[in-house]
Amino acid sequence: MGKTMFEKIWDQHIVAEPEDQPALIYIDLHLVHEVTSPQAFEALRLTNRKVRRPDLTISTVDHNLPTDDTRSEVIKDPIARIQVDTLRKNCEQTGITLYDVDSTAQGIVHVIGPEQGYTQPGMTIVCGDSHTSTHGAFGSLAFGIGTSEVEHVLATQTLRQRKPHTMEVRFNGKLKQGVTAKDMILAAIGKMGTAGGTGYVIEYTGDAIRHLDMAGRMTVCNMTIEAGARAGLIAPDDTTFEWMRGRKFVPKGEKFDHAVDQWRALVSDEDAVFDTLIEIDCDDLEPFVTWGTNPGQVTRITDNVPSPEDFDDIADRTSAENALEYMGLKGGMAIEDIEIDRVFIGSCTNARIEDLRSAAQIVRGRTVASSVRAQIMPGSTLTKLLAEKEGLDQIFMEAGFEWRESGCSMCLGMNPDILVPGERCASTSNRNFEGRQGKGGRTHLVSPEMAAAAAISGHFVDVREWDTE
Amino acid sequence: MEKFRKLTSIVAPLDRANVDTDQIIPKQFLKRIERTGFGEFAFFDWRYLEDGVLNPDFILNEDRYRGANILAGGRNFGSGSSREHAPWALMEMGYKAIISTSFADIFRNNCMQNGLLPVILEEAEVDTIMARALRGTGYKVTVDLDSQTVKDDLGLNANFDIDPFRKNSLMAGLDDVGVTMEFSKEIDMYEGRQKKRW
Ligand code: SF4
Repeated sequence: MGKTMFEKIWDQHIVAEPEDQPALIYIDLHLVHEVTSPQAFEALRLTNRKVRRPDLTISTVDHNLPTDDTRSEVIKDPIARIQVDTLRKNCEQTGITLYDVDSTAQGIVHVIGPEQGYTQPGMTIVCGDSHTSTHGAFGSLAFGIGTSEVEHVLATQTLRQRKPHTMEVRFNGKLKQGVTAKDMILAAIGKMGTAGGTGYVIEYTGDAIRHLDMAGRMTVCNMTIEAGARAGLIAPDDTTFEWMRGRKFVPKGEKFDHAVDQWRALVSDEDAVFDTLIEIDCDDLEPFVTWGTNPGQVTRITDNVPSPEDFDDIADRTSAENALEYMGLKGGMAIEDIEIDRVFIGSCTNARIEDLRSAAQIVRGRTVASSVRAQIMPGSTLTKLLAEKEGLDQIFMEAGFEWRESGCSMCLGMNPDILVPGERCASTSNRNFEGRQGKGGRTHLVSPEMAAAAAISGHFVDVREWDTE
Repeated sequence: MEKFRKLTSIVAPLDRANVDTDQIIPKQFLKRIERTGFGEFAFFDWRYLEDGVLNPDFILNEDRYRGANILAGGRNFGSGSSREHAPWALMEMGYKAIISTSFADIFRNNCMQNGLLPVILEEAEVDTIMARALRGTGYKVTVDLDSQTVKDDLGLNANFDIDPFRKNSLMAGLDDVGVTMEFSKEIDMYEGRQKKRW
């Protein structure tokens, strides 16, 4: 029987498989940011342990960095400042490369890894952040870990893991105009539920996946964790290799060709068997909008908000009841009738240059509704500079968007960018949990195109009906 | 890490599915660089009213659940963000074990790294515990890690599974890094092989 891509990568990274213990897996790349690392470095100090491979570890500041032009100065929030300064000190003491606020390589940790060419097929990648699954778009085994595990990786460059089960999520057919990778993954989560993937590593396959560009593939893998699975992979192909070619830390020349040969060999064998299969038909897919307080509470733009009675399961019904109350929505109302106050285009899910280009297509020559405050926080400083070179910033600003600096920002609201209680936001991020974007804030997850169209209209609209030139 | 062997305590019921780590410890409290100081902010948005007083309608604030070391939660407990601040906050609130039908992966790992025991029981068993905790005052269960059982005085006798390696670490209070350090030779050898491969 053949092997899945996951099994190949797993087998290549086993350091030891002691009896009665989880396997010890080698980690090729460890990404570090300011929020989940301080206690790990502190623990190393207390136990007199060293960072084993600072050369395989990179870090950046993203989670609580301000996105206005004060960010290069001293951060006003004293507690955030301590965290950022602590990371600086820890990197300096241990020899870890830090992409600080003044670096063009600064950005959201899951945007800069691929952008700089650190992320490569066949690697194992971890980070103290659940959306590490993003890097799986390149055919690397990438997953989020907690702070104790960050400490473990810093000290040993390995992780203890029981081998997860494998699941294939196959996206058949072809996306229609105006339907995106975000809608594919929201549809999958809606179908599986937020715990449907628990204990699994997912491989995304099918025609619709093969036709996605790398940004789209990263969006899909990014939200794997919202289905409960820690890692999602996509087989590397020519799209992957062309996207990677020439990036700073990707091998060059002959070495690149040699690497590509090895990367091609990673794909799942034809006779490989997955433990579970889920199929999704993309021909009839529509843009999706979440209505509730977890990413599984999602429906099509042409649908209505469901009522609690629509759910058979008691826990689902109670969840829907709580969610509708928190969201200030009534079951049965049309999704298109939901009016919004804020728009956030950003986060490691949808703030890459390709996302900004798609949103700009919608926005070009139009004006943001007067009732809406719309903001764009590019995924990295490099993305921001590139967008400015292409003139995208002008398109957005002329329409009335705020063009900001890069960072996690309103994805989790650790910096000053937050919703006030009751405010409703169309967001391209990945979590619509209660209070995620600010206490009492109401988040609807959508694609960049849908967020842009909502900004213009002041309520959700079906972007498929819009002309773009 | 503190050892976990056997624990008898009042059960505090939180009968909600998909309690996520953003709920357990909201992001505005993640900025500390220590492992402590998170407990008072646990469940912040549910636990406190606008002016900072305890919300009398939030169940964990009820007197009868004060001092509970065991929390019973709905399914998919701990979903979302990987923040280990969530188990740190729960432990500071006094919880040493959480009972549910299912936990999110990263959260469950994080709990075990800190000696907070996640106990997975059958739906009917969790329902029983939840109902009994909701109904009365002073309802207690005993979680015994060695025998992998949860029992009460009313006849509940439930078994749970746990990874033997994790069980051993929890019972002995061992931290993973120390155990892995004993494999330094294997890690050296792996790194040696990798150099040749490229
Ligand atoms: S953008 Fe949001 S999801 Fe992504 S790393 Fe930052 S906080 Fe996490």
